[in-house]
Amino acid sequence: MAKRVEASNVTAYYGSFKAIENINLTVEPKTVTALIGPSGCGKSTFLRSINRMHEVLPGARVEGNLTIDDQDIYDRDVDVTAVRRMIGMVFQRPNPFPTMSIFENVVAGLKLNGVRKKSILEDAAEKALRSANLWDEVKDRLGKPGAGLSGGQQQRLCIARTIAVEPQVVLMDEPCSALDPISTLAIEDLMFQLKDKFTIIIVTHNMQQAARVSDRTAFFSIEKTGDPGRLIEYDNTQKIFSNPSVKKTEDYITGRFG
Amino acid sequence: MGETPHRSADAGTGGTRVTQSHEWPAGASARVAEAPVSTRSPGGAGLGGGGALPRSRKFGAERAFRGLTLAAGTAVLVIIAAIAIFLVAKAVPALRANTENFWSYEGWSPNDPEPKFGIGTLAFGTVLSSALALLIAVPVALGIALYLSHYAPRRLGTALGFLVDLLAAVPSVVFGLWGRDVFSSPVRDFSIWLNQHFGWIPLFGGDGPFGASIMLGALVLAIMVLPIITSLSREVFLQTPTANEEAALALGATRWEMLRTAVLPYGRPGIIAAVMLGLGRALGETIALALTLGITFGISFNLIQNGGNTIAANIANAFGEANETGRGALIASGLVLFTITLIVNITARAIIYRRREFTESAA
Ligand SMILES: Nc1ncnc2c1ncn2[C@@H]1O[C@H](COP(=O)(O)OP(=O)(O)OP(=O)(O)O)[C@@H](O)[C@H]1O
Ligand SMILES: [Mg+2]
Repeated sequence: MAKRVEASNVTAYYGSFKAIENINLTVEPKTVTALIGPSGCGKSTFLRSINRMHEVLPGARVEGNLTIDDQDIYDRDVDVTAVRRMIGMVFQRPNPFPTMSIFENVVAGLKLNGVRKKSILEDAAEKALRSANLWDEVKDRLGKPGAGLSGGQQQRLCIARTIAVEPQVVLMDEPCSALDPISTLAIEDLMFQLKDKFTIIIVTHNMQQAARVSDRTAFFSIEKTGDPGRLIEYDNTQKIFSNPSVKKTEDYITGRFG
Repeated sequence: MGETPHRSADAGTGGTRVTQSHEWPAGASARVAEAPVSTRSPGGAGLGGGGALPRSRKFGAERAFRGLTLAAGTAVLVIIAAIAIFLVAKAVPALRANTENFWSYEGWSPNDPEPKFGIGTLAFGTVLSSALALLIAVPVALGIALYLSHYAPRRLGTALGFLVDLLAAVPSVVFGLWGRDVFSSPVRDFSIWLNQHFGWIPLFGGDGPFGASIMLGALVLAIMVLPIITSLSREVFLQTPTANEEAALALGATRWEMLRTAVLPYGRPGIIAAVMLGLGRALGETIALALTLGITFGISFNLIQNGGNTIAANIANAFGEANETGRGALIASGLVLFTITLIVNITARAIIYRRREFTESAA
């Protein structure tokens, strides 16, 4: 259910602009890894190259090697949609499908996979919504529009939608940045539970959050505007936040820079 | 962070460049830039206002504008009412004079001493040709729109979109003439082929002549409504939030699945509106059908034999020779066309309204 993600020499471009360069990093199964760093250093870019969402943008491409349990996801013969099914993604802003009900939103991924049977869909929806700690709040209004929920509920709905297809890895790009502290805590709790089953990689600007939820932390940074982002330090979260080995990491964490 | 010094450095270089190369314009622009500042400062109390609150203005632009919009709104209602009264007043005497049943009689001779005319065949032809035209045009238009918005490279999409818009600007008489003089011969050949091979289907039966048929009219209509539907749906598809498209892709959707999950449902109300506009144009289309249809009076589902007629085409064809009763009869037919269009529009509204809970939160 959870797989190892290994990036070696990953470099990503937007057209001719090199956004990240030579990222080497291994994420162990069933852990939470936090990506931190100043704005524009390429965290989202790296995250999106893990499930091949980067290449959706015109002119964007990725070089280097990305494997998931030793399978090269950029292999020519690999089906992109299979990669994305295996590696789910939760976005910064909650993005439920506005024309769909709560139920339809949760099972959207399953339907894409050809699951049609009502009973299977219903069971899967309940399971995913329970995992996302949303079931009790929505169980009586599954037919109502997903966009009618509060921001925090919408984000948990999106998490439910992502985990309903039972991916191996879940990527989250600042999943709490649009949420209030209580919803944020709810989602952090959720991550804690989810890592039993999934490998989780999360981008966050919130140091406390990174410290609270993650096992390992990767610090990205750029020299100056226009330079590609690089991985500066990658270590156990505890080590990064108590005793980082690179000066720049320490400066960033203590708020002296960034 | 990082950005701020970068930006100010930019501004600095920009400034020096101007003063170095064009000393005089730089000075001039500086003077211009200062002007508004100096006019604002004498006011003293800034925009937030100090001192007592001013009284609301009695004759401000706000009021004038409200009056203007009210007048415009009222004028529209008055004009519509006047037109309706005029039309009904003209139609009623002709309908009284009709010696046959207005709904079921198959023919149109209102100028005779004993006027005989029926709307049935015309209404049937109108609905049939428009429905057929939409049946052909909508799938093609949606396909083109999806291609332009989501498959074609951006520049090609924009260029082709512009071409489609140009097509919408071609006057209908051009389509009509083209349909009659150019397009009719391939359609005739095709009709003959259909008749030979599929003659056992009543739609393609009969023994000719073929060509100036409902099929030709509907095809020309389809080409005419294609640009409107394409252009509007393309616009709607382009408005789909990227976040939703990415959500679908991230769930492992192929591009077509993404279009089905995120783009088409989101664009549904827009598609319906576009189709309704196309249908409105098709129902009311006059000259192109007057030129392409065979003009017969009779209710028949045969698509390929010469024949067919519509309310609007009949008005165009018959108005010239119409006497008082004839004009009244045509006006009555126009009222029926208006009712058909109204029903179509109300239906479309109802469809959009039924799902408003979802579409509203989408907006
Ligand atoms: N669609 C795009 N087209 C061109 N350049 C882009 C695009 N998206 C991001 N970039 C550039 O790539 C670099 C990395 O961006 P990215 O979004 O990965 O940063 P980030 O670390 O996620 O920042 P933030 O914390 O603000 O989200 C930035 O310089 C950014 O301007
Ligand atoms: Mg980002």
